[in-house]
Amino acid sequence: MTQLPLRAQLASALGRSAATLSRMTGRGDGSVIGGRVGLLLEPDLLRQLARDRKLALVSATNGKTTTTRLITSALLELGEVATNAFGANMPAGHVSALSQHKRAPYGVLEVDEKYLPEVLATTGAGVVCLMNLSRDQMDRAAEIWLLAQKWRKALSGKPTHVIANCDDPLVTWGASTAAKVTWVSGGQRWKEDSWCCPECGGPLDRKDADWACRECTFHRPEPQWVVDGDAAIDPRGQRWLLDIQLPGQANRSNAVMALAVAETFGVPVDRALPRLREVTSVAGRYTTVERDGRHARLLLAKNPAGWLEAFDVADPQLPIILSVNAQGPDGRDTSWLWDVDYRILRGRPVFVTGERRLDLALRLDVADVPFTLCGTFMEALAMQPPGRVDVIANYTAFQQIRSEFGRAV
Amino acid sequence: MPSDSALRIVWIYPDLMSTYGDQGNVLVLEQRAQRRGIETETIHVRSADPVPETGDIYLIGGGEDRPQILAARRLRKDGGLHRAIARGASLLAVCAGYQIMGTTFGGEEGQPVEGIGLLDISSSRGPARAVGELVAEVDAALNLPTLTGFENHMGVTHLGPGVRPLSKTVKGVGNGDGFEGCYAGHVVGTYLHGPALARNPALADLLLSWRVGDLPPLDDSRYEALRQERLATVLQD
Repeated sequence: MTQLPLRAQLASALGRSAATLSRMTGRGDGSVIGGRVGLLLEPDLLRQLARDRKLALVSATNGKTTTTRLITSALLELGEVATNAFGANMPAGHVSALSQHKRAPYGVLEVDEKYLPEVLATTGAGVVCLMNLSRDQMDRAAEIWLLAQKWRKALSGKPTHVIANCDDPLVTWGASTAAKVTWVSGGQRWKEDSWCCPECGGPLDRKDADWACRECTFHRPEPQWVVDGDAAIDPRGQRWLLDIQLPGQANRSNAVMALAVAETFGVPVDRALPRLREVTSVAGRYTTVERDGRHARLLLAKNPAGWLEAFDVADPQLPIILSVNAQGPDGRDTSWLWDVDYRILRGRPVFVTGERRLDLALRLDVADVPFTLCGTFMEALAMQPPGRVDVIANYTAFQQIRSEFGRAV
Repeated sequence: MPSDSALRIVWIYPDLMSTYGDQGNVLVLEQRAQRRGIETETIHVRSADPVPETGDIYLIGGGEDRPQILAARRLRKDGGLHRAIARGASLLAVCAGYQIMGTTFGGEEGQPVEGIGLLDISSSRGPARAVGELVAEVDAALNLPTLTGFENHMGVTHLGPGVRPLSKTVKGVGNGDGFEGCYAGHVVGTYLHGPALARNPALADLLLSWRVGDLPPLDDSRYEALRQERLATVLQD
């Protein structure tokens, strides 16, 4: 790799010092502050740090952090990989990730959906991985049709190779201006945001994974990769048993997206797959914490599509604790609770906590799901019999639970 | 099969106009009717399908700019909602759905787009997005408790002489002129987006009572706990 200009070297080094200081003083993992300091000293730092590396950008409403982790694991077959593993997915986080691995020839960056056009333009990344788009914290996130339209503009006329989930009509539309697209049939559990054609607004006719507009020519492209239960089918038609440790269908889909990305980097499935199987938890997600004989498995769900995925993973035989907050990162508006179908929880012991537990309580009451209201997560955990329990929490609620266990998870 | 006497709740265009929790209004109306022994039948009308004119309560929710324009065009062409309202049906129109009911609203670039003219209002794009909790005192004629909810829109709505303001804002932006929402006959429009009825069960009961008459009270402790917590938090800020 070519040497960074002196100013960029200095900016990068000072950013790393700020990050270390932030970690040492217990303020966080330092990935945001470090990048901010670097960008302040050298606004062009991200472009300079990205130069001469092979980069993949990963964006979606759900599964960004996990898929970024899976792709990173696969690319470790090739050498050192720079990545923003803790979900700091805006330019400051990208600067920080690339600064920390100055010599890594590869980079896998999770990118916030809104920032994808900017980060793509700045880094000139060769590969972009797009998984899904659905309604998300509407009080601060952009409207998703608008997002997809911005993706189209950003990808148009660039040599970027896009790996995209063609089962999601909006993602397909967002990706289809790219010069080269590898389509993955990754599944789509949440369909409430894609009953209408993104191209013309006409009704989409759907049959299994397939979809086509009734009024214009927009239709699902033929996939090269297919997720089929617990298997991946590669572009040559070969079937691979995934057998990954991360639970649920959404993660199998993430894994196949990762295999498709890895292949564009030259890592074949037989080398990538064993790497994916080593991943057991991602930034605390899917991890099990223990207190006084209660083993709680932590699932993160930030929006209606995420809750559907978490329900797919949760064990119907177990009690379940739900925790909901509405701080800035969660979105201050809890309306999304009404888009989640909680009836699947009928028959399980359900415990409700979090700062917005009264919103969730009413929601469950209207869905005829009996529950117990608890002041805190620890109170809810203490009410469990010894043994296993599932926990679904949204973003800050999840982080609060992790802090209770010293973030050792 | 629901009987002919079932209360028919019609959810208009969930495929276009349901960005965030709008289903909550359907669920709250169903629950409050059923807990009083009133049978309900809910009809989800997709935008490619005709709007039935024999419903009792119609609901339309929020949407992005482009779906909002499509919805207005289709509702105008379809005419079913107009016929239903002419027959005395109730309507709750939320956020982008509220704007559609007027004569004009602001499109993607702020251009005026023709509405469907069920309410004497006209809307345009405001200078800034109104995002946050909203509290408002309801028009005394309706005899309802304080409105509470969340708004998230860029619209400014001007009320004509054919409608009355639904409420006077205490916190939040609403129509942009110190009032929030409006009503005329059995048609109610509001900027309280998504599941507005979950935070305002008395408004749900008003819509129900317009169709079925007086309603016995329910145990509203869950609703009341949420309302009190929200109002206390928001008014303290």
